[in-house]
Amino acid sequence: MALLWLRVALVCYTVGLLYALVALTRASSWLERVALHAAYLGMVFQFVSLTEGFRLSGQFSLASAHSAESVLAFLIMAIFMIVYLIYRTTSPGIVIFPVVFLLVFVACTGEQAFMRMLPGMREGWLIAHITLIFAGYAALILSFGSSLIYLLQERSLKSKKASGMLAQLPALEVLDQMSFRLLLFGFPFMTLGLIAGVIVEEATYGHVAYLDPKFLLSILMWAVYLLLLYTRWSAGWRGRRAAYLATGAFAAAVIAWAANYFSAIHRFVRS
Amino acid sequence: MNFQLIGVNHKTAPVEVREKFNIPESKIPEALRHLQAHPGVDGGIILCTCNRVEILAQTTNGSADLRTFLGRHFQLDTNLFSEHLYELREQEAVRHVFRVASSLDSMVVGEPQILGQVKEAYATARALGAVQPHLEQLMTRAFAVAKRVRTETAIGSSSVSVASVAVDLAKKIFGSLKGKHVYLVGAGKMSELAARHLLSNGAASIFVANRTHERAVELAQKFDGEAILFEQLYETCDRADIVITSTGAPHAIFRPEHGALFLTRRKNRPMFFIDIAVPRNVSPEMNGLDGIFVYDIDDLQQAVSSNVADRRKEAEHAERIINSEIERFQGRLQTLEVVPTIVSLQDHFETIRQAEIDRVRGRLGQLSSEQERALDTLTRGIINKIMHTPMRTLKTAAREPEATTLIDVVRRLFNLENKNGTKSGGAAGGS
Repeated sequence: MALLWLRVALVCYTVGLLYALVALTRASSWLERVALHAAYLGMVFQFVSLTEGFRLSGQFSLASAHSAESVLAFLIMAIFMIVYLIYRTTSPGIVIFPVVFLLVFVACTGEQAFMRMLPGMREGWLIAHITLIFAGYAALILSFGSSLIYLLQERSLKSKKASGMLAQLPALEVLDQMSFRLLLFGFPFMTLGLIAGVIVEEATYGHVAYLDPKFLLSILMWAVYLLLLYTRWSAGWRGRRAAYLATGAFAAAVIAWAANYFSAIHRFVRS
Repeated sequence: MNFQLIGVNHKTAPVEVREKFNIPESKIPEALRHLQAHPGVDGGIILCTCNRVEILAQTTNGSADLRTFLGRHFQLDTNLFSEHLYELREQEAVRHVFRVASSLDSMVVGEPQILGQVKEAYATARALGAVQPHLEQLMTRAFAVAKRVRTETAIGSSSVSVASVAVDLAKKIFGSLKGKHVYLVGAGKMSELAARHLLSNGAASIFVANRTHERAVELAQKFDGEAILFEQLYETCDRADIVITSTGAPHAIFRPEHGALFLTRRKNRPMFFIDIAVPRNVSPEMNGLDGIFVYDIDDLQQAVSSNVADRRKEAEHAERIINSEIERFQGRLQTLEVVPTIVSLQDHFETIRQAEIDRVRGRLGQLSSEQERALDTLTRGIINKIMHTPMRTLKTAAREPEATTLIDVVRRLFNLENKNGTKSGGAAGGS
């Protein structure tokens, strides 16, 4: 059943994806409204799917790689909706909807393989670790999205030609503020999430493997994130430079995520 | 319908002609009284703006001589102006009223003021009792059409002046203009206008620098701003978010090295340069800097003309809306004409039926309630059957031009005229 609800959610998000594709060429307020409502609906179905998955597995279902993607997608959508409530714009959706669609699609098609709780693993800390890290990821992805839209808007203003969707994008300052606030919002989550991860590891293995690729890459990602925040704050970096840095942080995050597949300590699926 | 319209506007007549027909606001009631006193005119509305003078009249039979009215009222020979005057009747008059109210006939298509002017003209005429029911219907519909055009098309949404395009662009960069500072470099008329626009859209304050410092002080005072010595331009310019240049300098005052300096001082907060000087005051290479946006007069004008083109496209859409509205309006008006006839026809038959029943009841003696009901059903049934086809024909004909003739025939056939005032008047009010 959990999978069924997730698939229904996927159908809803497909409308969002459609909106993102159409929005690049022309503005359609009608489609925007439909996409927004479909997204609400998708979130409801996804929430049902997540709770059901959790109830069925009897243990914390986040530990499945595929439902983890679903959780991440859900958090991204939640933050997207908060941004919408504050700024009344669905523009980040241009980037966010495809990402969410992809995550949910992967979660839908994958096998629901669960990681077995290792003896000594503290579930509370694990939940904290995963939720916090994912909230950080979600904020980072949205910030990255609004940085990309900043670039689009900047290019359209520089080229002195604005048409279709480009004419409807939020103002540069608004986009800049949005992406900076999202970064600020995500950073404490990321930091606390990493700390929680270390605590889980300590409790499970009795020591912390500082040289494990997952650990190193996570630290790297955190450092890039910090750098991004610092340059924004101190030098007011925005536009192209900020977008490059955000891309860097995003790439680091993706790599840190991918490290799951070759880390000795951090595996979802038992091989 | 019997609507007639005569007028001159910016398309048909130059200002020398338009001013001859101009009626000052205070004289409009007098002109309306003249109009109503004119033979064949039942009521009317006079619209007089700087771009048009139009007289819309509801006439008794659709053939009042409005030209003579104009001639008499303005005491001039209308034959001299026949190439400038246009006269429209019925459907074309309706279309014209709809188009004017929707701002499709305006000099700047989509400008919003005209609707207010039409509403005012209507209110003036109404206060004088010059607005007859059909005219009332027409105007109410025209306002609804104007509203529909405004909401369903983007006709009024784009800016079509250089100053308002500049404001739009500033909003695209800064979001809100609240708290943003404007720097005028050079104190020309154009930059003053742009500054006024920016201020009325929320900009916080204005700095002015000019070669002749007195002029800068003068302009700064006008806006409650701050005059700055021209020599201090580069030191102070980074305080502004929006810079409007309009000096007569023969070469660029602002070059990329200045821009880079400003950006460092501003921690990369963006700047918007509006260069309305020719030759240009801002080097175009500045636009290549991250966070600096330079628009020269050509860029702005290009945006204006592309917006004008957009409006034209939207205007086509609006014309389609108007076409469909004209059809609806005609249908409504004619149904309105038919309704009283149908009601009095029904009354007429009902009276006959009641009279006949009363007459026959004496002969039949005491009837049981069952028989009473049967009698009632029978007579009603007969009348309904007979009435069915004529009623349907009348209702269908309501949408055709021959409705009036048909109504006439029916009224005469059944001799409905004499009862019209007493019975059907009340019934029509309730239907």
